[in-house]
Amino acid sequence: MSWFTKTVFSTSVGRKVIMALTGLFLCTFLAVHLAGNFQLLHQDGGEAFNLYTKFMTSNPLIKAISYVNFAFILAHVVWGAYITYKNKSARSVGYAVNNPGKTSSFSSRWMGVLGTMILIFLVIHLKDFKMAYLGITKDLPMVTYTLENDEKVIVKDMFSEVNLEFHEPIVVGIYVIGMIALGFHLFHGFQSAFQSLGLRHPKYTPIIKTVGFVFWGLIPFGFAIIPLIIFFR
Amino acid sequence: MKLDSKIPDGPLADKWTKHKFNLKLVNPANKRKYNIIVVGTGLAGASAAASLAELGYNVQSFCFQDSPRRAHSIAAQGGINAAKNYPNDGDSVYRLFYDTIKGGDYRSREANVHRLAEVSVNIIDQCVAQGVPFAREYGGLLDNRSFGGAQVSRTFYARGQTGQQLLLGAYSALSRQIHKGTVKMHTREEMLDLVMIDGQAKGIVTRNLETGTIDTHSAHAVLLCTGGYGNVFFLSTNAQGSNVTAAWRAHKHGALFANPCFTQIHPTCIPVSGDHQSKLTLMSESLRNDGRVWVPKQKADKRKASQIPENERDYFLERKYPSFGNLVPRDVASRNAKEQCDAGFGVGTSGLAVFLDFADAIKRLGEDTVRARYGNLFDMYAQITGENPYAEPMRIYPAVHYTMGGLWVDYNLSTTIPGLYALGEANFSDHGANRLGASALMQGLADGYYVIPSTVSDYLATIGPKPIDKNHPAFAEAKAKVEAQTKKLLSIKGTKTVAEYHRELGLIMWEYCGMARNDAGLRKAQVLIQELRVDFWKNVNVTGTNEELNQQLERAGRVADFLELGELMVVDALARAESCGGHFREESQTEEGEALRKDDEYCYVSAWQYTGENQPEVLHKEELNFENVKLTQRSYK
Amino acid sequence: MSGHMNLTLKVWRQKDAKSTGKLENYEAKDISPDMSFLEMIDVVNESLIKKGVEPIAFDHDCREGICGACSMYINGEAHGPKRAITTCQLHMRSFHDGETITIEPWRANAFPVIKDLVVDRSAFDRIIQAGGYVSVNTGVTIDANSIPIEKEIADDAMDAAACIGCGACVAACKNASATLFLSAKVSQLALLPQGQAERQIRVEAMIDQMEEEGFGNCTNTEACSAVCPKEIGQHHIARMNREFFGAKLSSPKK
Repeated sequence: MSWFTKTVFSTSVGRKVIMALTGLFLCTFLAVHLAGNFQLLHQDGGEAFNLYTKFMTSNPLIKAISYVNFAFILAHVVWGAYITYKNKSARSVGYAVNNPGKTSSFSSRWMGVLGTMILIFLVIHLKDFKMAYLGITKDLPMVTYTLENDEKVIVKDMFSEVNLEFHEPIVVGIYVIGMIALGFHLFHGFQSAFQSLGLRHPKYTPIIKTVGFVFWGLIPFGFAIIPLIIFFR
Repeated sequence: MKLDSKIPDGPLADKWTKHKFNLKLVNPANKRKYNIIVVGTGLAGASAAASLAELGYNVQSFCFQDSPRRAHSIAAQGGINAAKNYPNDGDSVYRLFYDTIKGGDYRSREANVHRLAEVSVNIIDQCVAQGVPFAREYGGLLDNRSFGGAQVSRTFYARGQTGQQLLLGAYSALSRQIHKGTVKMHTREEMLDLVMIDGQAKGIVTRNLETGTIDTHSAHAVLLCTGGYGNVFFLSTNAQGSNVTAAWRAHKHGALFANPCFTQIHPTCIPVSGDHQSKLTLMSESLRNDGRVWVPKQKADKRKASQIPENERDYFLERKYPSFGNLVPRDVASRNAKEQCDAGFGVGTSGLAVFLDFADAIKRLGEDTVRARYGNLFDMYAQITGENPYAEPMRIYPAVHYTMGGLWVDYNLSTTIPGLYALGEANFSDHGANRLGASALMQGLADGYYVIPSTVSDYLATIGPKPIDKNHPAFAEAKAKVEAQTKKLLSIKGTKTVAEYHRELGLIMWEYCGMARNDAGLRKAQVLIQELRVDFWKNVNVTGTNEELNQQLERAGRVADFLELGELMVVDALARAESCGGHFREESQTEEGEALRKDDEYCYVSAWQYTGENQPEVLHKEELNFENVKLTQRSYK
Repeated sequence: MSGHMNLTLKVWRQKDAKSTGKLENYEAKDISPDMSFLEMIDVVNESLIKKGVEPIAFDHDCREGICGACSMYINGEAHGPKRAITTCQLHMRSFHDGETITIEPWRANAFPVIKDLVVDRSAFDRIIQAGGYVSVNTGVTIDANSIPIEKEIADDAMDAAACIGCGACVAACKNASATLFLSAKVSQLALLPQGQAERQIRVEAMIDQMEEEGFGNCTNTEACSAVCPKEIGQHHIARMNREFFGAKLSSPKK
């Protein structure tokens, strides 16, 4: 093994770096994704959202990044699972009485479970929308828009699909629960990533904590509020 | 037996240099052919094992704890002295030498003490190089403080954890050698006997405390770095495991035991709270810099301290010693506290405590300053007693802290058994009848880092690197003896626990051989100890078996040795009918009730020779010659 | 001072490393609130011996919070309910009459139980042996004051060096990770000029050794610092991580 593979596979600190880097990348993805989702709130019959969807699925640079994104999700899951397995096997006999709530946060102890919830959510989410968009599970109708330069574009009507789904109480419920899990996951995960990368300093750590609130608080809230708005609209 | 201290000739300041030149060296290529056993991993043991391994010897290191880092040196709080004179306040090697001799009440050897002062400067350099984080000034240089009433600031410290930091430094040096394979480390393995061949130390017998396996180990030289024997008093500031077994069993093979009665009793400890008490906790004596010691003028006054008006308080140290006040040396402070309590003025539920009051200091300096100076000690006090020392005065009482006595060693740190060395608190050498604050750490490291590497080579070069025959019957015999004793202890199955015997012994020692001793009391104690020892071997209950981790068995062996040592301490205290240092004989006081040293009769080291079970030990005297300092009586009035 | 109390103890009893153990119930009668936790166990042990039951084995030595020997998981917390102390510094006034107290050994595969509450922490020693030192032989080195060290740096190094090696960090960590222990030593020596020469090989070697001993991965739950008797902070772990990347990216070792 080269020094690199040895570091990221067989040292605990190296494994954590993979978690931190992939995790932080996925955080930036979340921000971008949410910005797109806000297109759903335009009262324009879905034009902005559908054009945005088209752009996101056809721009070659964005397509390339989306593959990286999937690779990172996979890496985050695989390394996360491996770390969890290693950690479980570091203590085969547990405590009869354990009171960890007094010394650590709920989020930090349940990262694996929260991550698994997010993964399940992600699978449902991809099935609902990505596969529908790709035409695997559904055949979405096409709509035609006229752009400002009079150019006509024909795109899949993803907006109607989302609209339809977000009127299903179960779907909305899953989304809200998924986002609560994401919030807790990031409550620990965001700042933990900086700690794993060794980025901790009395001057900068408060900034990381503040920015962390955007990620564990505002972003999951934004994701969850959209289906609720659509549901009650 | 003629005791030869092997003190080199020549002027005091040149002795060590000259001696090192005269010592034989071992050829570098031959060093690996020598095996050296080091028992104990405190400051002396860890530093010796590491230094000898660095030189190329094969070292085997033993400790009874689960890790070498747990040795009780770790608990030393205050600091380590060194004659660096960084603060430019007039310190020098000679002044440190002089203070140590004087502080020891002129019962130590000039040559040894001067060497200690000489190497003290190297110790600080060495420790800093190892990464010991000593306290520093804002300019980045090392900070020094005055300690234990010294007139100069020569104490280096790392918060209140100097012993810990120095020990971890030595432990790291030892760890490095273990990693290199030059030291074989045996943890949870306790030395239970010495193996002697033709009058020389050639190995040890150990018991593996995890499995009970009794084993022998051979070596060309054996170093005992096993600490002091304060636990003979049951209650002391020592760790629970601290014991005299290794030194005592060597003593029974012929190593003389010197000045066993010299015990240091530290004045600022947290008082006993009940019969359950297992140990006493020391608080740094720096507390006396700002705290005022007092008792109520009325006997058995049960009022809260804050309710006792100023004119009903007796600040007895300030009253009796106007010039030194609360800063009198440890022994004087301790003895006066005992006197007050014996006379019925003691405070607290037991009546065995005096107040140490910071109210004036808080008024003068503010609570924040007091907190900055002593915060950790106040916290510790609050933790243990559940009382707030910022609001009510602390209660303190003296506790056994250090034993100046130990195996007799010559200038080379060799005991009277060739090949057997004693280092650190386990030997008697440098502190005379009283040890100065911050000097124990200095001595342990001086012995281990700087003295033994030079002196042991002289002996090794003399005997040659011939391997030791492990098939020699002496090994099997020594092993059989240990097995027999273990079996005996386990077979008695009497009605009293080991702890009960230990506590009883401690009470006898504290009552009759503690802060003040007298002829009648000591004679009585001797009989009581003898009776207790006989009873122990008839009626002790040691549970479990040998072939397991058996903490009762471990302790039983140690208490058995304390029961023998205790008697020797009493005998030694009886034979020394003078007061000196930590040894206060009530018969030998000045008209004002202060300690009266008798240099004409007792200016010697008492070295005791074991002559057989229940036989009186034989006293040998090593006369002390003072060529450089003039003997004076201490006065703190 | 409140009165004496009676308690029920549930204590892990295990004959040796090979046996399986279980929790046993014992009565602790007439316990003074002024006793330390270990003195309470002493009292129970004396009564067990009188009844012909083998006393409870537990590691302890200095009983003043510095040697790091004592190691009990009390009511689900390493060193019990109080912070910044060891088991030996815990006093019975922290408990109330009639309480049931569960006492277990440190649990980690890297700390196998030897007997009852006694575990084998030699893995810690091996981590230090892998590189937790400055390689200087005893001798005459440069004068102690020849390299000034900024006071804040020296103080931070001292904070890290205060580690007593008790293993509470491992015991409390849900992953049984030794990262705080290891980082304390790496951080101390990385801060000091004396530690610079071996800075890279030290952190690599020590982390490799931790891996070999079977400790878990740090997941930054911070439980270790919360239970640490010496309150060693998380920034030492961050520093160790930085040291590690620096070493991995630039050390000559392939």
